[in-house]
Amino acid sequence: MSRSLLGRHLRGGLTGVAVAALVLTTAACGGTTRGEDEGSSSGGSAGASADPDAEIPADLAVAFLPKALNNPYFDVAATGSERAVGEIDGEFSQVGPTEASASSQVSYINTLTQQGADVILTSANDPNAICSALDQARSGGASVVTFDSDTAPECRDVFINQATADGIAQTQVDLMAEQIGGAGQVAILSATANATNQNAWIELMQEYAASEHPDMEIVTTVYGDDEDEKSFQETQGLLQTYPDLKGIISPTTVGISAAARYLSGSEYKGRVALTGLGTPNQMREFVQDGTVTAFALWNPEDLGYLAAYTGAALAAGQITGAEGETFEAGDLGEYEIGADGVVVLGEPTVFNAENIDDFDF
Amino acid sequence: MTVETAPAPAPSGGSAAAGGAPARRGRTLPSGSVITTFLVLFLVIAAVSVEGFASTRNAGFLLLDVVVIALIALPLTLVVVTGEIDLSVASTVGLSSAVMGKLWFAGLPLEAIIPLVLLLGAALGAVNGLLVTRLGLPSLAVTIGTLALYRGLAFVVLGDQAVADFPRAWTTWAISSIGSTGIPVVVVPLVVLVLVTGVVLHATPVGRSLYAMGNSEDAARFSGIDVGRTKLWLFVVTGVVSALGGVYWTLRYGSARADNATGLELQVIAAILLGGVSIFGGSGGLLGVVAGALLLGSVRNALQLVNVPSDVLNIVTGVLLITAVVAPQVAARVKGRRRRRPAS
Repeated sequence: MSRSLLGRHLRGGLTGVAVAALVLTTAACGGTTRGEDEGSSSGGSAGASADPDAEIPADLAVAFLPKALNNPYFDVAATGSERAVGEIDGEFSQVGPTEASASSQVSYINTLTQQGADVILTSANDPNAICSALDQARSGGASVVTFDSDTAPECRDVFINQATADGIAQTQVDLMAEQIGGAGQVAILSATANATNQNAWIELMQEYAASEHPDMEIVTTVYGDDEDEKSFQETQGLLQTYPDLKGIISPTTVGISAAARYLSGSEYKGRVALTGLGTPNQMREFVQDGTVTAFALWNPEDLGYLAAYTGAALAAGQITGAEGETFEAGDLGEYEIGADGVVVLGEPTVFNAENIDDFDF
Repeated sequence: MTVETAPAPAPSGGSAAAGGAPARRGRTLPSGSVITTFLVLFLVIAAVSVEGFASTRNAGFLLLDVVVIALIALPLTLVVVTGEIDLSVASTVGLSSAVMGKLWFAGLPLEAIIPLVLLLGAALGAVNGLLVTRLGLPSLAVTIGTLALYRGLAFVVLGDQAVADFPRAWTTWAISSIGSTGIPVVVVPLVVLVLVTGVVLHATPVGRSLYAMGNSEDAARFSGIDVGRTKLWLFVVTGVVSALGGVYWTLRYGSARADNATGLELQVIAAILLGGVSIFGGSGGLLGVVAGALLLGSVRNALQLVNVPSDVLNIVTGVLLITAVVAPQVAARVKGRRRRRPAS
């Protein structure tokens, strides 16, 4: 008897769940199949007009919300933002989750909304998960600037792009051409074969090299899968397969440091050039021991600095986020807003023996 | 006839301790009422001293953060009362979210996707339940395994992609509030579920049999309770509710991802333990669990509002938890010593 009672009651519980699910299902009406929804975006800035001469108000509350705290890259960006906020006499604060998950930023955005933050600078863990929270923040009067990693464009006012794909590709090819005298075989050590950004850069590098440095021959592209050990082995394989190889371009921070590690311990040190995208802290020893002459990456401190000035310009009403508007960003000078509310930081920063000790990230 | 012989702890899990057998581990104070008192005190203090805490908008933000935790805590409380555990709940949320995204991307309507995802949740729960009840494996080991397995499957389904183009009507509904009260609409079905679960646990023979199992499985079995079958059902229900949590999570954030709700199981278990449910089974009440979830959410929210860094926030949560788990044990031990002293 108790057995049937048990089953019945538990089934009762299940029914409760099913009822709740039904409520959930039926309460929302309208388009429910993919593609039906019109997706009426609530782009906030349309209609507002900019006043380029507006003063930046004092005591702007500027909040910096990284993907996660305790990440060296974002710590450097925060340093830049804090410096900019100091220059405009604002109040800087850094908040954020300890783990970089898609939804963990939402409660921090909610808190900032509740506190009445004037400017929110953020790098999104997910392009959509924080959208409605940002909408609420903006309707509460906050200006939202994304940097490094964008949200869907209708969820923020301006996105600060660290560099364009063209800029990244050209800088790396030019650095390599400089180091090998413009002629010879060059190989590319990439991340994974299906990494969208890497593949876009590689394609642009090949086009740019073919037109600007015709004597430079890109012989192959290999993939280290952003794993240190695999990148190390691929480097070894490249040097064995192509005995006349003059240089390696690695547009990934994992790849370039693994390749540098291999070269620095081999007979090829100083004979085969290596460049690409890396961080100063990873590459410092290889620049100092002569394995690497120069490599590139955007400067995260400038990225944070520009983001903060952009936020201030938005809060002041100097800009609204519309294409073609311009504003001053302190030491970095004047910037113009491009299509879709995107501002490009500029050419990547080149690191070499002279300047590498000025950076710590 | 059989259930009457089982011990019948009071809803708060308190008065049962008074007549408890000496063999019972970790006997508790009436912790459900303690935590509820503590919650009310905290809310009053925060409302007075933290700027922006006592507003309807903030209440809405706070409740939205607590909804999924409280939802999953309901069936998991029943599981813990029987002396078992399910650590795979957050991975079930993630896998449900990933499957929901995949099916949506394939063009199925949400009205079809949601029942399918709930069925998936039932299947995932059944896997846990069968491994525990049929093979007799410890639920801690089984669900640590499925925690990894289900999360892994979620990444197989969706990789590091996100599916985001859910209909706006649904995603705004998921965070909308009742009129201008700030109380999220989804609190209504949640309250219904709390009531259903509360009645099952505290006012039915089924509830009493769950406590009986938690106190002594053998005794429960001898008194005619089908322990295996009951536990299997509990795991299935937990799976379904976790999948429901996954559906809601996906709509709330408008983003289906394999890594959704990573680590959420710890917050759910924290709410349950803070609510005074003994991790060894056999005692605790649902009121305490709901209060525990609300307390954790309120503490986080209030500390965020006064700009306490999130690392410190994690420390505070940890200390709260340890206190909640250790305090009753210490109290019980002190009480035991006092009782023994005159005898010796």
